[in-house]
Amino acid sequence: MSRAHELFELTRVRVLLFVREPEAIFWVFVFPLVLAGVLGFAFRSKGVQPARVGLVAGAGSEELAAALAEDEHVELVRFDVPEEARRSLARAALDVLLTPGDPPDLAYDPARPEGESARLRVLRLLERPAPGAAPVATEERVEQTGERYVDFLFPGLLGMNLMGTGMWGIGFAIADVRRRKFLKRLLVTPMRRSSFFLSFIGARLVFLVLEVAVLGAFGVWALSVPLRGSVALFALTCLLGAFAFAGIGILTASRARTIEAVSGMMNLVMMPMWLGSGVFFAYERFPAAVQPLLRLLPLTALNDALRAVCLDGAGPLELARPLGLLFLWGALAFAVALRIFRWE
Amino acid sequence: MSGAESSGPSAPVVLTRGLVKRYGELVAVDGIDLEVRAGTCLGLLGPNGAGKTTTIEILEGLKVPDAGEVRVLGLSWRDSAATIRAGIGVQLQATEFQDKLTVFEVLRLFRCFYRDGRTPDEVIAWIGLEEKRNARVGTLSGGQKQRLALGSALINRPRVLFLDEPTTGLDPQARRRVWELIETFKSEGGTVLLTTHYMEEAERLCDELVIVDQGKVIARGSPAALVASLGAESVVEFAPVGGDARSFPEDELRALPGVRDARFEKERVRLSVGDGAAAIAALFQLAARRGVALEDLRTHRATLEDVFVALTGKHLRDE
Repeated sequence: MSRAHELFELTRVRVLLFVREPEAIFWVFVFPLVLAGVLGFAFRSKGVQPARVGLVAGAGSEELAAALAEDEHVELVRFDVPEEARRSLARAALDVLLTPGDPPDLAYDPARPEGESARLRVLRLLERPAPGAAPVATEERVEQTGERYVDFLFPGLLGMNLMGTGMWGIGFAIADVRRRKFLKRLLVTPMRRSSFFLSFIGARLVFLVLEVAVLGAFGVWALSVPLRGSVALFALTCLLGAFAFAGIGILTASRARTIEAVSGMMNLVMMPMWLGSGVFFAYERFPAAVQPLLRLLPLTALNDALRAVCLDGAGPLELARPLGLLFLWGALAFAVALRIFRWE
Repeated sequence: MSGAESSGPSAPVVLTRGLVKRYGELVAVDGIDLEVRAGTCLGLLGPNGAGKTTTIEILEGLKVPDAGEVRVLGLSWRDSAATIRAGIGVQLQATEFQDKLTVFEVLRLFRCFYRDGRTPDEVIAWIGLEEKRNARVGTLSGGQKQRLALGSALINRPRVLFLDEPTTGLDPQARRRVWELIETFKSEGGTVLLTTHYMEEAERLCDELVIVDQGKVIARGSPAALVASLGAESVVEFAPVGGDARSFPEDELRALPGVRDARFEKERVRLSVGDGAAAIAALFQLAARRGVALEDLRTHRATLEDVFVALTGKHLRDE
């Protein structure tokens, strides 16, 4: 039969096997939704976090309480026993502990960001600027759509999911056909070996459409993440990302004989990208020396491109570098996989 | 290309000359010659590790021999791999189909690799799995799975079928159903090459047997001719108990009337005999003289197993 028919049948089998695996459905569709939902909820805009300030009773404590009452974002907790107050601070139930005196004593844990911000807030209240003095700086609160943490996070989660489903799905499937000796059985038929590879990509594309549609809809409607660039560019970015990770998935599984070996290899390959490709925080936080390397990783390229098209409304020119990089990764991985693949 | 179309009616469908395959130090196949004529079944018989699977995988194009000539359907793997693949059917040892595909889906997949062949439903009827057409592979019994594997090998109407231990692990009834399918394929003019370590299977299906051990052919011929070559009609086995440990010297046993050969296997003694009644009578006299009891005495008609033991001193299925 024709090559197209062969490819169609192999792809159909891959799709059937996938949809009949409930765990796979969970990890591809449900888990990322739950993760995005939980993180989106945890990092939603919820106004200014109040500073929890403990105040030990004593001479001068009422003056301190009055000064603190001027800021609505200070939550005052009074203590009669100093030891009890100390314990609360140690358990992080308090951000700052004030003990009256001349001058009053301010205890806080500088390792906690909340401690530092509460300290600044309290110090500013205690300094009492002269009435009518000009403000030191004008203030602006950033709560608009497109600039929140969840807007940064969501494209990263989508990129991570495209990587994970591509690599796990393909890696496990290859290890499975090899373990069952099903691969060997296919080899004694006239099947073209390239069709075998291409069927994995074909099946991946079928699920890519569903995966991106489900996740994208959730991001846009439930989390109000913007899509400022064109839908076509967004789709192309997802497509190239899936292509790159399909290739890397086949390459990673090309020699492994067992599911366990594939798992180990997959984790080894993906771990640097989970950490360094800016899924949860910007990779600019890493030392400048390693950033050029991080920017070469396929997940970094995918995340950069997704953020550019979603948040910055980037056009084709700005996306050329990350998208070209993704294509190169995919093409190179396929070429190497075809050469080193263990058929038996 | 000379010989590429030499597949006339008398040319062998499968042919090897001086086949050698090494794995490092180990010589798995050590100069095996085979010839399978159209419409016949040849059985490779031997214990585990004899080189049967390596030989059949070379014929299937899965392994490349280190030396020797291979022709399948008159063609060589080097020049005509695609043509050979289109014309052969293969059942590998212990291939598992995906549990979550149905019988029909498995066959539909295999059908798509061939230009010509049977439809999946024709094959399903042929292997008698009509009621399991839409059942998943994971729900099939061992015998049904094996019939499906056979069906997948037959979907392209192959001219030659390679079967590597087609009934290993099946119960007797399931085994007979598989045999019937292989016999039907043969009766329609198909050629079969199979490996087995079941005597009954070899005797029932094979026109010619090649007994291999440690990569070498140690005997060949029809099942009947091989048994006849033993020169014995029956085999007598027993365990001597009591008396002197050396109370039965081999040469004394061989000298008994009717005994052709005697062999010690751990605690048991095995006699190949032409005249069973005379041999047993003489054996009891000898045992009485030496004060030895003959425990667990058995006698049976000589079989291929006895041929194998006589040739190698080993059993085919050494657990």
